[in-house]
Amino acid sequence: MNKQDLKEEIVRMSGSAVEKCMRCGKCSASCPSYEDMEYHPHEFVYLVEKGDIEKLMASESIYKCLTCFACVERCPRGVEPAKVVEAVRLIVIREQGMNRLKPDDIPGLWDKDLPQQAIVTAMRKYTK
Amino acid sequence: MQKIGVFVCHCGTNIAATVDVKAVVDALAKEPSVVFAADYPYMCSESGQNLIKDAIREHELTGVVICSCSPRMHEVTFRRAAASAGLNPYLVEVANIREQCSWIHKDKAEATEKAIILGRAAIAKALLNAPLIAGESPVTKRALVIGGGIAGIQTALDIAEAGFPVDIVEQKPTIGGKMAQIDKTFPTLDCSACILTPKMVECAQNENIRIFSYSEVESVSGFVGSFTVKIRKKARYVDEVKCTGCGLCTEKCPVKNVPNEFNLGFDNRRAVYIPFAQAIPKIAVIDPDRCNMLKNGKCGLCSRVCEAGAINYKQTDEIVEEHYGAIVAATGYEISDVTRYGEYAYTESKDVITSLEFERLTNAAGPTGGVLLRPSDGKHPHTIVFIQCVGSRCVLEKGKPYCSKICCMYTAKHAMLTREKYPDTEVYVFYIDVRTPGKNFDEFYRRAAEEFGVHYIKGAVGKIVPRADGTLDVQAADLIMDEQLRISADLVVLAAAIEPSKTARKLATMLTASMDTNDFFTEAHPKLRPVESPTAGIFLSGVCQGPKDIPETVSQAGACAAKVIGLLSKNKLTGNPCVAHSDELMCNGCSSCANVCPYGAITYLDKEFRMPDRTTKVRRVASVNPAVCQGCGACTVACPSGAMDLSGFSNSQIMAEVDAICR
Repeated sequence: MNKQDLKEEIVRMSGSAVEKCMRCGKCSASCPSYEDMEYHPHEFVYLVEKGDIEKLMASESIYKCLTCFACVERCPRGVEPAKVVEAVRLIVIREQGMNRLKPDDIPGLWDKDLPQQAIVTAMRKYTK
Repeated sequence: MQKIGVFVCHCGTNIAATVDVKAVVDALAKEPSVVFAADYPYMCSESGQNLIKDAIREHELTGVVICSCSPRMHEVTFRRAAASAGLNPYLVEVANIREQCSWIHKDKAEATEKAIILGRAAIAKALLNAPLIAGESPVTKRALVIGGGIAGIQTALDIAEAGFPVDIVEQKPTIGGKMAQIDKTFPTLDCSACILTPKMVECAQNENIRIFSYSEVESVSGFVGSFTVKIRKKARYVDEVKCTGCGLCTEKCPVKNVPNEFNLGFDNRRAVYIPFAQAIPKIAVIDPDRCNMLKNGKCGLCSRVCEAGAINYKQTDEIVEEHYGAIVAATGYEISDVTRYGEYAYTESKDVITSLEFERLTNAAGPTGGVLLRPSDGKHPHTIVFIQCVGSRCVLEKGKPYCSKICCMYTAKHAMLTREKYPDTEVYVFYIDVRTPGKNFDEFYRRAAEEFGVHYIKGAVGKIVPRADGTLDVQAADLIMDEQLRISADLVVLAAAIEPSKTARKLATMLTASMDTNDFFTEAHPKLRPVESPTAGIFLSGVCQGPKDIPETVSQAGACAAKVIGLLSKNKLTGNPCVAHSDELMCNGCSSCANVCPYGAITYLDKEFRMPDRTTKVRRVASVNPAVCQGCGACTVACPSGAMDLSGFSNSQIMAEVDAICR
């Protein structure tokens, strides 16, 4: 996909109005995964708006989002950054093909430090 | 035999770039009854108007059609030109080929075709025009100002200064509004009360000003120049004439636990109270919801201590009817509800406050005597976080899409004053943009950052968590450093969005004045008529029209007063002759028209009619007061028998226009 198609696809998948962002940073201020991310929620929105999406696709950041939706809840512009992150992630996963997580795989991946929310998020992320 | 002249304007390239003006002239010249057709680069110019005047005289025109901009722009210009050439001004028709044609179309052929059709419709209407003569109505030389904040006070003072009587209606027991609650004013840092209270006193002393405090507008009828307004003077249970404002009752009242609205609930007042020391009028008021005597007849202490005998538990609301020539809306603003933003923990912690609450906490007349102390434990805060745009620029249902305009500056003021008075306090300001247009405004903000060491951080606060040790854990983003911050704060101040007074919507309905989706009053023209409502005789002052700071409010209040003075200086107003009238022979007295009339212009008469058999019969028929009618046409649509018709926009004229368009 070329840059423009990629941007349009992400906007279509996420339903997010990235151009409404006023760069307040409330998404990144709210993000519990901030320290683990190379690109932070506000940068996801900014880079998608600019059409600079390959950087995001190549970054581990797409897997760090917990999908807690705090940013979606608090964004004063209704941009819904978590949906943007999810859309970028889905593009990458779909390109990779059939590497989906099955519910039966979860016990094998279990880590005692893993928050419960992360399991729910993992289901959301990998079973699509 | 009608003789119509057609004049097509180029409006420079505004029309001519999209509409083939010559083709319009050629097409309209062939229309029946058109004896003259011409085009001109600017028809509204002196020479353009002369072209019209000369044609009227030379061709003895009986009607004029001008294809130009919207009639809202230049209809008056062209009517005046026609009148000066001896043609009744209401024989002029304007076809709008700019706003409704050239500006909205791209294709020249299509736009030209549409311009010709619009011109043809105007010709069809012009052929049915009848000469009209505008009536006159008198002007009541008194103004009403609704709202007694700085906007209302300044407007009233300026009108009174010009020699016209003014009444101020204020819903609170005192005038002064929000400015009375503010500590210092930016960018000069003069004490707000010190510059406001002399103006309040001036209002009380000016013989042209009457103050209806603790009062509300109950109903408004009439029209520009002669409004009739009913004012509800709420019962104070204190005789306004007898009360000397000594305050003895407010000291003796045993009910001591009523949250004090003036100090935003930081301290308590009694059930009988005077809002603040410099209140105007300085008259006590009894809170009927808290007074034991009014609730269950047990107490009466205030009455016993009052030496003036001013306490009157039997007082009731009083309705006063007054007449005015002009009405000013100056209803101001309120602080929007910050409890909608759960992430800021406003309801969870007493140490998360709004900026107006911060004003009271730093005001020498406030609950702490001007010493900045935390509301929770009364200790001095050492780390303060200010958060900008709380609810402003928020497109969600709970927020306000607009910029509240004053927050950047008052936050800079708060931050600066805090650092000046308490240099051991660290002050952080989280901002999205710092917006400081205004004289000496940006310099003021830069001083806060450069000279007073306020930490301005570009970014937002995501969450505030009150900790067990009494601190507030502030989680935020610093977008320039690209890092997430955690600040342990003692006090958080929210720059909450301002919103129009909740009373404004109801008032606008009474005034038939229009509002925008945010409940700010709409101005007649955003640039050229900023202090007038589109409803004649209604004027706008202060934040009720849109967010503004004190200097802007005072300037607008003065401008508003000038417009009111201009109106009140006239002895008579020329009315609009395009008003409704009823054909009594067709009217069946059904009241449909009266029910839809927004101006209350229609009354019913019992009239005697001669019947074909030479008997007489009394029938109920509609009668329109032409001075009240604004010519909206609602009645002509509602009338089931077709008896109602509008002069200048008659049913037959509108049908002729439709026919011409569909031809």
